[in-house]
Amino acid sequence: MNHSISLTVNGARRDFVLDDPRVTLLDLLRERLHLTGTKKGCDRGQCGACTILVDGKRINSCLALAISHNGADILTIEGVARGDQLHPAQAAFIAHDGFQCGFCTPGQIMSAIGMMREGQAGNDPERVRECMSGNLCRCGAYAGIVDAVLEAQAGMDETNQRRSA
Amino acid sequence: MKQFDYVRPATVTEAVAAAAQPGAVYLAAGTNLLDLMKGGVSHPDRLVDVTHLDGLDGIERLADGALRIGALVRNADLAHDAEFARSYPAVAEALLSGASAQLRNAATVGGNLLQRTRCAYFYDTASRCNKREAGSGCDARDGENRSHAVLGWSESCIATHPSDFCVPLVALDAVVEIEGRNGRREIALDELHRLPGDAPERESALEPGDLIVAVRLPPAACGFAAHARYLKVRERTSYAFAVVSAAAALRIENGSIAEARLALGGVAAKPWRARAAEDVLRNVAPSADAFQEAAFRALAEAKPSGDNAFKIELARRIVVRALLLAAAGTPARIPALPASPFTSISGAIHA
Repeated sequence: MNHSISLTVNGARRDFVLDDPRVTLLDLLRERLHLTGTKKGCDRGQCGACTILVDGKRINSCLALAISHNGADILTIEGVARGDQLHPAQAAFIAHDGFQCGFCTPGQIMSAIGMMREGQAGNDPERVRECMSGNLCRCGAYAGIVDAVLEAQAGMDETNQRRSA
Repeated sequence: MKQFDYVRPATVTEAVAAAAQPGAVYLAAGTNLLDLMKGGVSHPDRLVDVTHLDGLDGIERLADGALRIGALVRNADLAHDAEFARSYPAVAEALLSGASAQLRNAATVGGNLLQRTRCAYFYDTASRCNKREAGSGCDARDGENRSHAVLGWSESCIATHPSDFCVPLVALDAVVEIEGRNGRREIALDELHRLPGDAPERESALEPGDLIVAVRLPPAACGFAAHARYLKVRERTSYAFAVVSAAAALRIENGSIAEARLALGGVAAKPWRARAAEDVLRNVAPSADAFQEAAFRALAEAKPSGDNAFKIELARRIVVRALLLAAAGTPARIPALPASPFTSISGAIHA
């Protein structure tokens, strides 16, 4: 039986006919939309490489059935820059060498963006490490990742202060 | 993953009817179920998606002072609800000590209660497992079993229930509201999970079609907010299941414990309420000696199920330390590493 769903992906509405209910959001993004920035690492919810924002919240897209997310608003790594202007989290990862091979990086950055929206970690490195523990980096670039996230967070705080001033 | 039929009922009544069919299971976030299906551990014929049902995602203070938490409330949303965290700090701390931020954003209250054991032999379809396949045997019994149960286990099964959330909930007398084929009923959370006995494949008191619609904390559960902690020992600092955990909650009046609540995680097939320990703490002053006696009572029936005798002593020490931390007072903010014994804000000496 076919099921129709529609999603908003990086701001654009996309309609799908699913001939198989087993398709995850991860596979839909990669195989149907060819948005391959979202990575398939473990495919079992353990590594965080597939992290995306769904309705503004970070989740593991490998453990989410597409069919169950009709109407969802999805943001992937392909949707965070504005033209040539990188998202502050992207720029901070480059500035701090927050990666080596780069495979986990889209998930790290989406997780960092989700974390900043959650607002629980602030500028406390210990809370950042805890709040980012769902994203593994097998190259071990954690020190740079934490520095990058802290800088991105500081940049967001400054922007917010300017806005409220 | 095996092929399945997908149905999305419009009402709870339709959901119950759809899920009462043999081979049907409920789908909420799917953070545990999809993992099990990908591994071939679970192979349902039909998924009944309840995520779009109305009225199951609210947190509601009832007239009598109880709190009703809808089964579809996300773990993170509950933990970060300011009034919830203030009233039930040990529950919020337990929630934030579990899984990862991504999983907590997706996973639901009902799903957390019904998550399956992480016993490696349950997950490995090449192994014998009485829980996965009734009557096939238990390879954990003579296998790598240092993380397995020390309370309430049987020769058929030594698996543990992995939930952190359930541990303080059972300490606070949480009630589970269930919609079934014969209408609405409720049971104590302590009655939801079954000990394995000779039928470990039956994990809960739920019947086919039964849907958890809410979890309720009774009015008295608020009374422990000033002295409540969850403490959890893990193999790594974050994003790991408990080796042993404890929820401790005290109601202290005039320097004396009016009422104590204590439950353990990671030690049995269910969240383990330690009532004998609670009894010895009534009307005594909080002290390391009293807490040692309570810990001794909490583990009095414990016995190793394999290479895990260390968990009994570890559990005793975690109980003492959780009680000491609770007596010292609930911190104003949940520590950076929730429930960690290695957090920089200790609040109590090492037991």
